[in-house]
Amino acid sequence: MTDTARMRRADALAAIYPTLAQEDVVVVTIMGAVAVELYNLGHRPGFFYLEHAMGLASSLGLGLALSLPHVPVVVIDGDGSLLMNLGTLSTMARYHPGNLTHVVFDNESLLSVGGFPTATSTGTDLAGIAQAAGVPNVRRADTVESFAAAFDDAFAGNELATIVAKVEAVGPKSFHMDLPMLENRFQFWRYCRELGSRAG
Amino acid sequence: MPVSVTNSHVIYDALRAVDVRLVSALPETWLVHLIRMAEDDPEMILVRLAKEEEGVGISAGAHFAGVKSAMLMQNHGFLASVNGIVSFAQLYKMPLLMLISHRGDLGELDPWQTQGGMVTLPVLRALGIPSFPLTDPVTAPRIIRQGQALAESALTPVALLLTRDLMWEEAS
Repeated sequence: MTDTARMRRADALAAIYPTLAQEDVVVVTIMGAVAVELYNLGHRPGFFYLEHAMGLASSLGLGLALSLPHVPVVVIDGDGSLLMNLGTLSTMARYHPGNLTHVVFDNESLLSVGGFPTATSTGTDLAGIAQAAGVPNVRRADTVESFAAAFDDAFAGNELATIVAKVEAVGPKSFHMDLPMLENRFQFWRYCRELGSRAG
Repeated sequence: MPVSVTNSHVIYDALRAVDVRLVSALPETWLVHLIRMAEDDPEMILVRLAKEEEGVGISAGAHFAGVKSAMLMQNHGFLASVNGIVSFAQLYKMPLLMLISHRGDLGELDPWQTQGGMVTLPVLRALGIPSFPLTDPVTAPRIIRQGQALAESALTPVALLLTRDLMWEEAS
C-alpha cells in the first residue's frame, strides 16, 4: 500500500469541536470510538452518545431536527452504522430539515468490533448514495482542512447536508467514558426540552 | 371491505387529544385514512418512513425535544423494528407509543399475514411491552389516552393493537 496516511477522526472532531460545543447546538453520535473521542474533547449537555441501536443515530437526528426546527442538530455517523440503515438517507432527503448536518466518518471498517472491512472498502460510495437519495448538499472530505471547511459551510447553510469524510481506522486507547448511559440520556433530555421550550 | 373512516377519525382525534404532534408511519391498508389525516393536519408532523425501525429513532428525537409522538405501523413493521425498540427505546427508557395494526389475527383472509399475526402477542410479551387491543370506538379514545400516559410515566414502549373489529367497517 502506498497510501499516504488518512486524516484521523479525532483530529477532524477537534477541528469542529468549538462549533459542536457552542451553546444551543445538539450533537448525536453513534457508539464506539467516535463517541469516546468526542467525549474526550469535553462532554457537553447537548451531546448524546447512542451506545447501541446501530443505524438509528441519523433517525434520532431527524426527529430532533424536525421537532426543534430552530436548533442546529449535528449527527456524527459512521460507515458501518449508515450501511445498516441506508433508508435513512431517503427519509432525511424527503424532509430535508435545513438545521440538520449529517457527518459520516468513513473508516471503511467496523473498527470498534475488531476492524472488519465494510463495503465502503470495496467501493460502495456513501456520498454517491446520499446524493442519489436526494440529500441537497453532499460533500466529501479527506483532509482535516477540507473537512472543517465543508462542515463550517454546511453548518452555516440552511439546507440538509451530508459530509462523508474518509478517515483512518484508528480509535482511542481506552473506550472508557465516565458517563452512565441513562445519565447522558436524562441530561440530554433536559437540555433539549429547555431548547424546545425557549422557542415555544 | 372498506377500512373504517369513522373509526380512523376516532383514533386520530384521540391522538390529537393527548397532544401527539409527530407521527411516523409506513402505510398499510388499515392505516391509510389515519396517515391521510396526519398529512392533512397542519399541526401534525408526519414522517413517512422507508422502514419502521427508523421511527424508533425519530420518536426518540421528538421525546428529547418535548414533543409527543406515535408510530403507525403494521405488526410486521413492529417485528422489523425489534432491535431498535430493545436497543434504543427500552435500553434508554424512552416512551414510545406504537399503534400497530394486528394483521393475521381473527378473520384474516390474506395467508401471508398470518404467521406475523400469530407471533405478535408472544413477541410483545417476551419483550415485556405492555399491549392493549383497541376493539371498539367507544373505549378506544380512553385506552389511547391511558396508553400514552403509561408510556410517559413508565418511560417504556406501549403497544396499542388496532384490531379488525375496530378498523373494518363490517366484520368479515
